[in-house]
Amino acid sequence: MYRYDQHDHQIIKERIAQFRDQVRRRLANELTEEEFLPLRLQNGLYFQRHAYMLRVAVPYGMLSSEQMRVFALIARKYDRGYGHFTTRQNIQYNWINLEDAPDILEHLAKVEMHAIQTSGNCMRNITSDEFAGVAADEVIDPRAYAEILRQWTTFHPEFAYLPRKFKIAINGSKEDRAAIAVHDIGLTVVHNEAGEVGFRVMVGGGMGRTPILGSVIREFLPWQHVMTYLEAILRIYNQYGRRDNKYKARIKILVKAIGADVFAKQVEEEWADIKDGPATLTEAELNRVASFFSTPDYTNLPAQDAAFEQHKEQNKAFANWVKRNVKPHKVAGYSAVVLSLKKPGVPPGDATAEQMDFIADLADKYSFGELRVTHEQNLVLADVKQSDLFAVWEEAKSHGVATPNIGLLTDMICCPGGDFCALANAKSIPIALDITDRFNDLDYLHDIGDIELNMSGCINACGHHHVGNIGVLGVDKDGSEWYQVSIGGAQGNQAAIGKIIGPSFSAGQMPEVIERIIQVYLRDRLDNERFIDTTQRLGITPFKEFVYATPIKTTEHHGEDAGSVVSY
Amino acid sequence: MTDIIKDKAIVSDEWTVLRLSEEQTPDAVEVPAGKTIVPLQVWLLQREALIQRDDISVWFNSDEQAKDLKDDIARFSLLAVNFPKFSDGRGYSIAFNLRSRFGFTGELRAIGDVLRDQLFYMQRVGFNAFAVRADKNIHDAIKGLTDFSEKYQTSWDEKNPLFRRAKRAGAEV
Repeated sequence: MYRYDQHDHQIIKERIAQFRDQVRRRLANELTEEEFLPLRLQNGLYFQRHAYMLRVAVPYGMLSSEQMRVFALIARKYDRGYGHFTTRQNIQYNWINLEDAPDILEHLAKVEMHAIQTSGNCMRNITSDEFAGVAADEVIDPRAYAEILRQWTTFHPEFAYLPRKFKIAINGSKEDRAAIAVHDIGLTVVHNEAGEVGFRVMVGGGMGRTPILGSVIREFLPWQHVMTYLEAILRIYNQYGRRDNKYKARIKILVKAIGADVFAKQVEEEWADIKDGPATLTEAELNRVASFFSTPDYTNLPAQDAAFEQHKEQNKAFANWVKRNVKPHKVAGYSAVVLSLKKPGVPPGDATAEQMDFIADLADKYSFGELRVTHEQNLVLADVKQSDLFAVWEEAKSHGVATPNIGLLTDMICCPGGDFCALANAKSIPIALDITDRFNDLDYLHDIGDIELNMSGCINACGHHHVGNIGVLGVDKDGSEWYQVSIGGAQGNQAAIGKIIGPSFSAGQMPEVIERIIQVYLRDRLDNERFIDTTQRLGITPFKEFVYATPIKTTEHHGEDAGSVVSY
Repeated sequence: MTDIIKDKAIVSDEWTVLRLSEEQTPDAVEVPAGKTIVPLQVWLLQREALIQRDDISVWFNSDEQAKDLKDDIARFSLLAVNFPKFSDGRGYSIAFNLRSRFGFTGELRAIGDVLRDQLFYMQRVGFNAFAVRADKNIHDAIKGLTDFSEKYQTSWDEKNPLFRRAKRAGAEV
C-alpha cells in the first residue's frame, strides 16, 4: 500500500500544528463557534448529541494492521472502547473530547493517517472497490489513481469552501462495488478501443433529499487528464452551484437544472484552458504511485485445496460461511475474506478495540498485514490462502466476526441514527437490531439469499436507503419516530432508486413489515430469482397489497434504549 | 488609513471601499473623491465618467465573474474580491480566473469576511493583499499565511504540482 514520503509527512505535521492552534484559539474564545465550525469539520470533527464525533479517513478503504492497531488504541484511550466503520470506508469515534483531538491526530500521523476533509463542504475521502487489486473481475487496478486524487484533493485551495460536500468514487472492475452512480463524481477506469487507459466520467449522482443517479459526461478521458478535467468540473460547480439552500446545493441539482449535456459542454470549455498544462499527470508519477500497489508475494498454489474442500463437505457452518463471506480472487489458490461486522446485538459496522487488535493479528498472520473497509461496513482480508480459510474461520468465529451473512438480509447498511447523530429524525440502530433478531434463523436467511437492506435515520441518507433493495428511512411525524419503506433500489451496475410502498410504520412494526415483504418475495419469486429481480419484475403493488392487508402487530424492543442495549 | 496585509507585510492603506446602502443604486450612486474601490456594477454603469479618473478600482461580489470586467481588467493596478461570508468559496475561483485566465498582475485584495484561517488558501489562488475583518487582530491573522510549507497541487502560486517539483520516492522493492 501507499507509504508517505517526507513531503506527505511534512504536510500532515503542519496540519496538526495548525489544528492544535485552532483548537487552542477556540477554547480561548479567539475563534467563535461559527468561525471554528468549518475548520473542525474539515478535520472530521462533528458535534453530536453527546460529544464530538471524529471521523478518520481510510483512503479508498485500505489500511495496514499497524494502522488498525492505532484505531484500537484510540478507541481505548480516547473513546469508549469501540469504533464505527462507515459507508464511506472511514472509521468514526463517537465519544471524543475536543481537547484530545490534536493528540489523536498525532497518533494517526505516526501511522500515516489523518482526518483531513472527512467532513465539511469540500472534496471528501476518495472511495473505491474494497476488492481493488485482487478482484477476479477487475479490469484495471484503480488504487494508484485513487491515491493520486487523494493528494490532489488534499488542501486544494480553491475548492475548500464549496456549496456543499463533494464525494468522488472510483471503480476498476466489471461489477461496480464503489456505488459510483450515487457520487458527485463517479469514475470508472476503462480501456478505449485502442486499448488505452482512461476514465468514464459520471457526475451529479447523489442521495439525500433528491436521489439522482449520475450522468455520464465523458465516455473516455485519457488518464493523463484526470486532474485537470476534475479541476474544470469543480470550478464550474464552485461558481454556479446553489448556495442559497443547502438542500439544493449539491452538484446533482446544478447538473439537473442545466442538463447534463450543457454541463458537459461547460466543463469542456473550462477544461480547454488547463488541458495539457503542468497539472497533467505524468507516466513517471503514475508508475511511482503504482509501485506501492504491486502484487504481494503470492505463493504458487493449486486452484483447489483438498483439505479446504473436505472441510466444506463435512462442516455445514463452515460451508455457509464460505458461500457468503469468501470472495473469488484473481490469483489461483487465494480468496478474499469478508469479516462481518453485522453480528446480532451489535450496531452494524461497530468493532471493539479488542476485535480491531484481533483483526490486525489475523491480517498479519494470513493476509500480508493488509485490510480493507467495505462501504457495506465490513472488513476484508484480501489475500487469504484457501488452505488457511478454515483456520481463519475458526479464529474469526471466536471473536464474533464470522457471521455468515455477507449480502444477506442481516448484512444491513445502517447509519448511527438518532442515538448519536444530531441530524437524525429517528433511531436506526435499534430497528436494525430488532430486524436482525427477527431473522435469526440462518437457513431462512440463506434461503432468502442476496438482498440489501439499507437504513438511514434521516433524509441525509448516510445509510444509503435509496439504493437498498429494501430501504428504510426514519422520519419525524409530530415529534415521534416513523419509518418509510421503499423497495427496488439497487447499487452497482444496475443502480436504481427505490420506490416508497406507502404510509410509514412505527418502530415496533418494522420487523413484521420486513417479514411480510420477504413473504411476498418467497411466494412470487421465479427459480433462482434474487429479491431485487422479483421487485423490479413485479413492481411495488403486490408488496404493498400484502404489507397493508391486515393490521401490523408491534414488536416490543427488548431493551431500555438503543445505546444501552448494546454491550461491549 | 487602515492596516492591511500586502505582500506578506502589514502596511497602511489609503483605499476606501464603496459599499452601497439599500437606497443607493449602482447607476446613480455618487462615487466619492479619492482612492475608491467601487462595486463592479457601479463601474459597469458609470464607466464613462469613472474611466476619466486614475484613483478608481473595482471589487467583485462573490456572485460575479472575472469575465464581467473583461477588457478593462488590464486598466487596473488593484482589484478586490468580496467575501460576504468566509464560508462562501466563490471568491477563490474569481481570483484564480482573474490571475490565470485574464492575466491580472496588479494587487488582488480579499475584502469582507476575511479571517486568518482562510488566508493560506486565498494566497494560493492569487490574492496578495488582505483587508482582514476590522474586529480581528491583523498581527494574529498574518500568521495564517505560513500554515503550510508544502502543497500537492497546482494553483496560481505553484505552476507545477509536487510530483513535477520534487524527487519523490517510490516503493522499495
